[in-house]
Amino acid sequence: MIDRTILRRATLAGAAALAMFGLASPAFAQKTRLTVYTALENDQLDPFKKAFEADNPTIEIAWVRDSTGVVAAKLMAEKDNPRADIIWGLAASNVGLMASMGMLEPYTPAGASALNPMFLSGKSPQTWVGMDAYLSLVCFNTAEGKKGNKPVPTSWADLIKPEYKGSIVMPNPASSGTGYLTIAAWLQIMGEEAGWKYMDALHQNIAQYIHSGSAPCVQAAKGERLIGIGLDTRGASEKTKGAPLELVVPKEGLGWELEVTAIVKGTKNLDAAKKLADWAASKKANELYAKTYPIVAYPGVANTPPNYPPNLEKVMVKNDVEWMAKNRDRILAEWTKRYDGKSAPKAK
Amino acid sequence: MSLAVPGLRIGLSRDDLMMRAGVVLLAGLLLVMLGLPLWALLAKGFEDRDGKFVGLANYISYFSTPALFQSALNSLQVASITTAIVVPLAFLYAYALTRTVLPMRWLFQGISLIPIFAPSLLPGIALIYLFGTQGFFKALLGDGSIYGIDGIVIAQVFYCFPHATLILTTALATADARLYEAADVLGASKRRVFFTVTLPGAKYGLISAALVVFTLVMTDFGIAKVIGGNFNVLATDVYKKVIGQQDFSMGAVVGMVLLAPAALAFLVDRLVQRKQVALLTARAVPLVPRPKFARDLFFTLFCLLVSAAILAILGMAIWGSLIKYWPYNLSLTLDNYDFAKFDSNGWDSYWNSVRMALGAAVFGTVLMFTGAWLNEKTRGFGMMRGVVQFLAFLPMAVPGLVLGLGYIFFFNAPNNPLNFLYATMGILVVNTVAHFYTVGHLTATTALKQIDPEFEAVSASLKVPVWRTFTRVTAPICLPAILDIAIYLFVNAMTTVSSVIFLYAPDTKLASVAAVNIEEAGTTAAAAALCVVIVLTSAAVKAAHLIADRFLFARLQVWRRR
Repeated sequence: MIDRTILRRATLAGAAALAMFGLASPAFAQKTRLTVYTALENDQLDPFKKAFEADNPTIEIAWVRDSTGVVAAKLMAEKDNPRADIIWGLAASNVGLMASMGMLEPYTPAGASALNPMFLSGKSPQTWVGMDAYLSLVCFNTAEGKKGNKPVPTSWADLIKPEYKGSIVMPNPASSGTGYLTIAAWLQIMGEEAGWKYMDALHQNIAQYIHSGSAPCVQAAKGERLIGIGLDTRGASEKTKGAPLELVVPKEGLGWELEVTAIVKGTKNLDAAKKLADWAASKKANELYAKTYPIVAYPGVANTPPNYPPNLEKVMVKNDVEWMAKNRDRILAEWTKRYDGKSAPKAK
Repeated sequence: MSLAVPGLRIGLSRDDLMMRAGVVLLAGLLLVMLGLPLWALLAKGFEDRDGKFVGLANYISYFSTPALFQSALNSLQVASITTAIVVPLAFLYAYALTRTVLPMRWLFQGISLIPIFAPSLLPGIALIYLFGTQGFFKALLGDGSIYGIDGIVIAQVFYCFPHATLILTTALATADARLYEAADVLGASKRRVFFTVTLPGAKYGLISAALVVFTLVMTDFGIAKVIGGNFNVLATDVYKKVIGQQDFSMGAVVGMVLLAPAALAFLVDRLVQRKQVALLTARAVPLVPRPKFARDLFFTLFCLLVSAAILAILGMAIWGSLIKYWPYNLSLTLDNYDFAKFDSNGWDSYWNSVRMALGAAVFGTVLMFTGAWLNEKTRGFGMMRGVVQFLAFLPMAVPGLVLGLGYIFFFNAPNNPLNFLYATMGILVVNTVAHFYTVGHLTATTALKQIDPEFEAVSASLKVPVWRTFTRVTAPICLPAILDIAIYLFVNAMTTVSSVIFLYAPDTKLASVAAVNIEEAGTTAAAAALCVVIVLTSAAVKAAHLIADRFLFARLQVWRRR
């Protein structure tokens, strides 16, 4: 009995000593684990992580990845006790809102001055820094188009022609950021009155407002629908996989949104987070972004990922991000009143 | 201490005190697991976006939007139609399983459970392959479209069928053969026997099944989101507010509206419970169906038809997981099962799911069964037991999304001593057990009600402590129900998405969440593949359960036979 007690004490003491040794010894120095919240595409995570960790061997990235809405909701719900160290790859409109709520640690990454100023928050120090831009364009299924003898549209105006009745899907702006940037672009290029009139006409051709920005182009790719209005990257990747898809850039111009990096206020790993913010603004990182996005923050890193229409920068509409943020509630309420409430399918 | 009922003044025994302490502890636990996290979110309904108290302003603005009324009507419509289809269907199926001579009954029973094993993504994908624009059976829908109310109802019927069948099988399995013998002797017609003996006997089961199906449909947003088209329901309204606009205040308002059916279900249950008398008295004689050709043929055909429909949906998903690119390249491949290509966590998320499901099965079963026992067998103490009963009913009516966000607000609060749990596997287990508490609790309660209270009376008079009666008599007798609860928790933990999607950490991503992410990334085939792996895992666990039931535990149940 006594023996056993002594043994147990000895073991405990030994374990305690080991633990202290472990903490004190630099040989056991652990890598800094950086919790990164992101809405990047799944297949981008591994290459991004490997490239960053190769340059920063003392830091390890731990991803929390989900769709934009879920990640944004999670970040905002965790506001009082943040779990993320840094955001790498989330929509500027969401991150901008977090900046206005004081959730971000302002920091201007080394090398930020080399970036296209359109990709910066404009604050000093910067609250967020852009990585790439994504666009909302038109995905047209050529196989189904041929079957139904439907021409490829070339403009937003084409989409309200009666021949496309019931064959267009677009994201629901009330549930998808891509949906909102799409209608905000129309309101900005056409003006409010004409914009709403356009959407009234388009509503007649819409088969469905989907709760996702990427699903419309996927549905068009799979022949579920003839035309999908939605996220460009998804359209391009579906085409690479073999979908009979044409990515159409309407000549009036495209709505767009930035993906950005921002440090979360209250992070316990500020130094490591700054290193990642620096790296995310480097030319090397931008070359990586350019593999999937046609437009990136670093000027001169020009390339077109497979299956993209060329020269997309030229067709990006003049987008007032601040106007978009300020009018969001009003526009969504109006949109919901006009199209969402009475969009239930009619009785057969 | 004199907590005794006024007028009777019977002192409380040590057992009574212990059990009352147990009930208080249980209530406290449920409050932490359910009540407080829910309140943490629902309270936001009374605040504006900056966290200022605004009273009922959000409710007023919400109720003055015509869209709400439409969504509420749509929700009620879908829930009523689904209930009206599922309950009779499940009743016939359960009747076939329990009251007729069915060849290979175990197989039909197994097939009826398949929908429970599948993440709700699976029927969504399968229905699009079957009835979508490019689907094989599109012609069957005529001019209609699978996107919209038709699609939601078909998918919900698939998803709710096993829940209703389980409840109704239990209800029909316990019958007293003497009643039927008496009816037979008195020359009652079959019709009359059915309406005066069979139906009344299954009344409680029918009402429970209807309530469960109705609330399941009301709160599910997964199916409505994938296949609902423009058909707005309350659950997708929550999604729009919370995920689309990060507007927690309005999300909380809709979440609160959705609690109404739960409150209703709770009241109805209380009313019915009060009238329910024990069906299986000590002298009852179990009913053993005798062969009858015409009846058995009809029900065999009926079961074949239902099983074929279920298998068609599963088969379509399996086939969908093996093709290269729907619908333009239908050549077969196994590449879609190499999950590392589609999600950086690869197969890890699958093993996380298995670990989480095992944890939930063990922790949840112990908690639910002990809890139901405490609540059922404690004498007096009505108030506290009512509180427990209400908390146990609550999760059924809470959309997972609301519970998940509530968990963030509650467990991540800097001043919560429990916040060490946040972002661990532990919180996923606790959250899952809380989310599926209602059915486990109901199953345990039903099983406990079947035991003659004389056991406790005899034990008490022999001065055997209650806990010993519990471990030596009650728990072994209820072993089938205990295993049912464990399996139920396991399979639901494997498929749950809506709540845990907010709670996983870098190392604890789950397969069900990964499947949703993969589907969102457009790789439907790989998402179908992951769903198939989940179905097979749960089916294997269930098969192991059936085998164990047959060979190991059969002896424990000998007492049920004559």
